Amino acid sequence: MASSTHTASRGLAAQEPARPRARPSRRPAGGGTGRWAAWAFLLPLLAYLLAFYAYPLYRNLDLSLRDYTVRSFVQGDAPFIGLANYREVADNPTFVPALTHTVVFTTASLVLQFGIGMALAVFFHQHFRLSATLRALFLVPWLLPLIVSASTWSWMLNSEAGVVNTFLGVLGIDPVNWLTSPDWSLASVIIANVWIGIPFNLVLLYSGLQGIPQQIYEAAALDGTTGWQRFWRLTFPLLRPVSAITLLLGLVYTLKVFDIIWIMTKGGPADSSTTLATWSYQLGFGSLLPQFGPGAAVGNLLIVAALAFGLVYIRVQRRQGGTA
Amino acid sequence: MKRATTWWKTGIGLVLTALMLFPVYWMVNVSFTRDEDMRKTPPDLFPFHGTVEGYRAVVDQQLPHLGTSLLVGFGTVALTLLIAAPAGYSLAKLRPAGGRLLSFVLLVAQMIPGIIMAMGFYAIYLNLGVLNTLPGLIVADATIAVPFGVLIFQAFMSGIPEEITQAATVDGAGPLRTFWSVILPVSRNAGITVALFAFLWAWSDFIFASTLNGGGTLRPITLGIYNYIGNNNQQWNAIMATAVVASIPAAVLLVVAQRYIAAGVTTGAVKD
Repeated sequence: MASSTHTASRGLAAQEPARPRARPSRRPAGGGTGRWAAWAFLLPLLAYLLAFYAYPLYRNLDLSLRDYTVRSFVQGDAPFIGLANYREVADNPTFVPALTHTVVFTTASLVLQFGIGMALAVFFHQHFRLSATLRALFLVPWLLPLIVSASTWSWMLNSEAGVVNTFLGVLGIDPVNWLTSPDWSLASVIIANVWIGIPFNLVLLYSGLQGIPQQIYEAAALDGTTGWQRFWRLTFPLLRPVSAITLLLGLVYTLKVFDIIWIMTKGGPADSSTTLATWSYQLGFGSLLPQFGPGAAVGNLLIVAALAFGLVYIRVQRRQGGTA
Repeated sequence: MKRATTWWKTGIGLVLTALMLFPVYWMVNVSFTRDEDMRKTPPDLFPFHGTVEGYRAVVDQQLPHLGTSLLVGFGTVALTLLIAAPAGYSLAKLRPAGGRLLSFVLLVAQMIPGIIMAMGFYAIYLNLGVLNTLPGLIVADATIAVPFGVLIFQAFMSGIPEEITQAATVDGAGPLRTFWSVILPVSRNAGITVALFAFLWAWSDFIFASTLNGGGTLRPITLGIYNYIGNNNQQWNAIMATAVVASIPAAVLLVVAQRYIAAGVTTGAVKD
């Protein structure tokens, strides 16, 4: 999403309304006028989708198949060169690191967000005093503009004056060059991204926990199981459908994370935190000599990955009959 | 559950929440810190010598960006509602053939990385000459919220009892009249939910702003912060003060509108 989306995890709310479509559709009473009216009401949406979704995507595909320079970009007469941009991208020394970083960034973010989100969901599910209020406060990182989160983390991770290194110093650990060392830059953006993604995992898993009937736990308590056993033998297996949805949606939204990395490190130093998303932007907009063709080609690789996992998500969700 | 254990858990919950929200606290703390204390080691955990210099810089330098962001936000809300409400009504109540396919397309549309949309928009806007314009940015920002908006309206309006619309038809109301006088007034909560998220996403947008409106004078607040970081690396109180101001819509959303969000989301979830 948006941004953001919007970001990692802007899908929280977006995920919800998907459910009711599992209901069998009933034809409305009424004849031809009803059908015309239905399309008339859809007309603004269809026009908008064609002009501002389909057409930009087409232009992007077109960009990736032509040899654009700044000049031909304006004049629109760039020669068609087939898949040459894709070949150029694949042979580029940045390609393998960008792909590896994308995989590491996505995997590490997902595992940590999910693990912490699950622990917090189980904890908040216990209905103690203030639990609802505190749970609402956990939403804050998800609602903040990404530029706010990213710049705050940048300053907290500052090598000399950052508060994180101060805490490490109290624990007797040497300061870390979070954003300026190639060894740590990827870890830094993962930390920030996990922080932003925890609320999304917490909310979805919490709603999953609410769907588990309380009687199951009461029966298990009679059998004398411990809390830990109850989690691994009951909660975790029963949450598997919701977990699958949460992870898949998280995957789709983490793949396209751009803002956080770009604002914190610009993909650097020396490409050490470059992912496919930031590389695409770097190629198209990040330098004085834009390479729109290769930039669009990288973007299209990203879209293929996002859509592939997105379709898996929709399939899983359909199969579960909308019980996310 | 016993009372004693409950209080113990509340304590842990408070500690966890404090940990989670520490970066937010730190943003506020730094926004009040004096320039000369900024690089002190260890940093002050509380702005003892608080200053409002940072906020003065916001007022002096960032007001135009805030204004732009407000306009873009309201414009995006208007455009999103204008497109999404009728479409949601059609999909929920008039159910055209191919409606399910369209919902599927909307679901997929939400998964397209923003960077790809931005590059396509850039190419189109360059040729049309609408880079660095408000309408251009509004139209692009609405792509984030329109699919979400349609799905929310559709989910909500599906929950409106069929009897109500049928009664309107019997009284001689056409689809337009039914939409305007019957469906829309009942769907207020869905509308507020969509409007709030559309505003928040447009307000927070960075990719479209930096690619489509990065050059001119019409830069939103996200770029105001971004250029701050690039230009004057030292004045972190001003940067963080801007960040605090830019967080206000999120805070308002959480405090004022939580029940609307809950209403919208649970309606989508429960009405089946």
